[in-house]
Amino acid sequence: MSEGSKQIQLFPTCLVDEIRPEAGWAVVRVLEAAGLEVSLPEGLVCCGQPAYNAGFHEDARQVLRHVLTVLDATEGWILIPSGSCADMLIHQSLELCRDDAPLLEVARRVGSRCRELSAFLDEDLGWRGQHLPRKDERVAYHPSCHLSRGLGVTESPGRLLESLRGIELVPFDEQDECCGFGGLFSVKQSDISASMMNRKLDRIEKSGAGTLVSCDLGCLVHLGGGLHRRQSGIRVCHVAEILAERLPQDEPA
Amino acid sequence: MSAFQDRVREAVQNDHLHVAIERATSALKGRRQVALDSIPDFEQVRDFGRAVKLATIARLDEHLVRFEEKLLQNGFQVHWAEDGEQARQIVLDIARRRDAKSVVKAKSMATEEIHLNAALEEAGLDVLETDLGEYIAQLAGQPPSHIILPILHMTREDVGQVLHDRLGVPLTDDPQVMAKTARETLRAKFLEADLGITGANFGVVEEGAICLVSNEGNIRLTTSLPKVHVAIMGIEKLVPTLSDLEKMLRLLARSATGQKLTAYTSLVRGPKRSPEDEGPEEVHLILLDNGRSKILAGDQAEILACIRCGACLNICPVYKQIGGHAYGDTYPGPIGSIVTPGIRGLKTTSELPQASSLCGACRDICPVRLDIPRMLLSLRRESQTEAPPSLFWRMSMRAFAFFATRPAWYRTVRPIGRFVMRRLASEGWLSSGLGPLGAWTKERDFQAPARRSFQEEWRARQKEAGR
Repeated sequence: MSEGSKQIQLFPTCLVDEIRPEAGWAVVRVLEAAGLEVSLPEGLVCCGQPAYNAGFHEDARQVLRHVLTVLDATEGWILIPSGSCADMLIHQSLELCRDDAPLLEVARRVGSRCRELSAFLDEDLGWRGQHLPRKDERVAYHPSCHLSRGLGVTESPGRLLESLRGIELVPFDEQDECCGFGGLFSVKQSDISASMMNRKLDRIEKSGAGTLVSCDLGCLVHLGGGLHRRQSGIRVCHVAEILAERLPQDEPA
Repeated sequence: MSAFQDRVREAVQNDHLHVAIERATSALKGRRQVALDSIPDFEQVRDFGRAVKLATIARLDEHLVRFEEKLLQNGFQVHWAEDGEQARQIVLDIARRRDAKSVVKAKSMATEEIHLNAALEEAGLDVLETDLGEYIAQLAGQPPSHIILPILHMTREDVGQVLHDRLGVPLTDDPQVMAKTARETLRAKFLEADLGITGANFGVVEEGAICLVSNEGNIRLTTSLPKVHVAIMGIEKLVPTLSDLEKMLRLLARSATGQKLTAYTSLVRGPKRSPEDEGPEEVHLILLDNGRSKILAGDQAEILACIRCGACLNICPVYKQIGGHAYGDTYPGPIGSIVTPGIRGLKTTSELPQASSLCGACRDICPVRLDIPRMLLSLRRESQTEAPPSLFWRMSMRAFAFFATRPAWYRTVRPIGRFVMRRLASEGWLSSGLGPLGAWTKERDFQAPARRSFQEEWRARQKEAGR
């Protein structure tokens, strides 16, 4: 892969694909506006994380093997608009394949090409949005666990958001605490999960934010579902969406 | 519904519990940060601590042999206990031989693990916990809910109530007054105790000594006033030298209570050497296995490097929601969810490793950088054979793997699922359902899938563009 390659492979993630395609289009618009060429590899479904986190490692390995095979046949950066799926393909894949040397080799090769969206925009592209039209908004940012603790991406989302004119980032108590999603944890341990979520939502509502932003749709589907149940007026959006909605509208992706 | 889920449901609805936990953990969080800032090389000390503990457990057999040799030289009486039953029997035999009537105890998770108090009381001994928190727990008839702060689940108003109910003292919520009440009751008992029982924070191999820390001075009294001192220590708690110990103590105090060092650090080097000396006539050390050598041979051996500081409990969002008692065994929180299956077996404890969102806050805060999420995942994997999940989940995961590896099949069937969900949804949201959807929608709504998926739309647009 050449350093200056403009070719980007998009791993849309299953949640973006099925639940919130708008977030996928937002990713495409942001990347294309930055002069990159986005491709969508054929045959991607899921990274296998649901089975992996639930302990079904044989099933997870089958899914991972498929994903790695698809991605290994492509070139350029693999862009993942989710901290959790990126952590799966960069770190957890190595643990899952540790007893399968040939697959481990592929996992290393593919993993080294994977980038999480906010880190890529901030660190690799130096993306800043101060030239984009102003839109006033009070934003609460939820740092997802696998993004901040798994991948160590703690500053990038804030830098991207702060570069937009009119955005006020509002802090809230225990901001870096888990929202309680945790994949199948949310249904297998739903009492604990919902209790964590409610604690989080109380704090977000108290912050006075009008918009909740995160880099992971898992957390957003969970928190957004809680907000909808509460009939809250807070809107939730993926980081790509809040960036993309400020781009000029004339050229839809 | 399992007993674990019952306890969880009760705990998440217990607002009083959340107040108590919040008060304690937020105070600890602040203190810990101040203490950490006081050593500039904290990160290196962590690396060092991790390296020392991992190297020690990697050659645990050799270290234990050497440790016993050194202990014997110092006059310790050394006992090996394969399980809780053996350990209890050893203590009861010592008590019987010395004709002991009353026992004072220092806070010890190892004795909780083997349910020692119940066995002693059954044998007719009078047992008194001398750690303030543990004493209150004993008065209240409850097990500790935290490995460092036994009554973290109680507010100070609760403590005042327990003292009032059990000791008949006036009701108060003033911690100073309560501590004074408890101390006065305890001090009288120290003088008449025949047996002092403690755990051990560390065993120092080259010194043939055990190290105990406390903030109340009760450990010093427990190990010096009674004629016989019995200590019970898990076999993994070794450090090779005093210089290693010094670093581990710095890590432990900062992580556990946010102190630079605990107020009292006792190094027990055996019984008194001559009749004029102060101290016990006999010092026994019971080295407890109780599943630890099995853990050592398995995929979670790393957990044996745990120094029991409790930092992972204080940071854990799950622990904060359910408290220590909901875990249902001696060691709660993230480390408990690994240690408990290790010592009791996965068959009866397989729900514990599931009770984590794998957020990783425990891994980040652990003074010896234990990869707790990795070990939880590895236990979830082992649960597949030890305590097989329901047919529903097994079939679901097989189906998931089948379709996720066959994109053409997936493309064919997914419109069906989407159609059903969209039909059931109202304005794009589902607010009830069966199975996992029912669990999800108990307290949150579920956004129905989009009319057209991102990938479908992408292919359609490509076709349109003639690409």
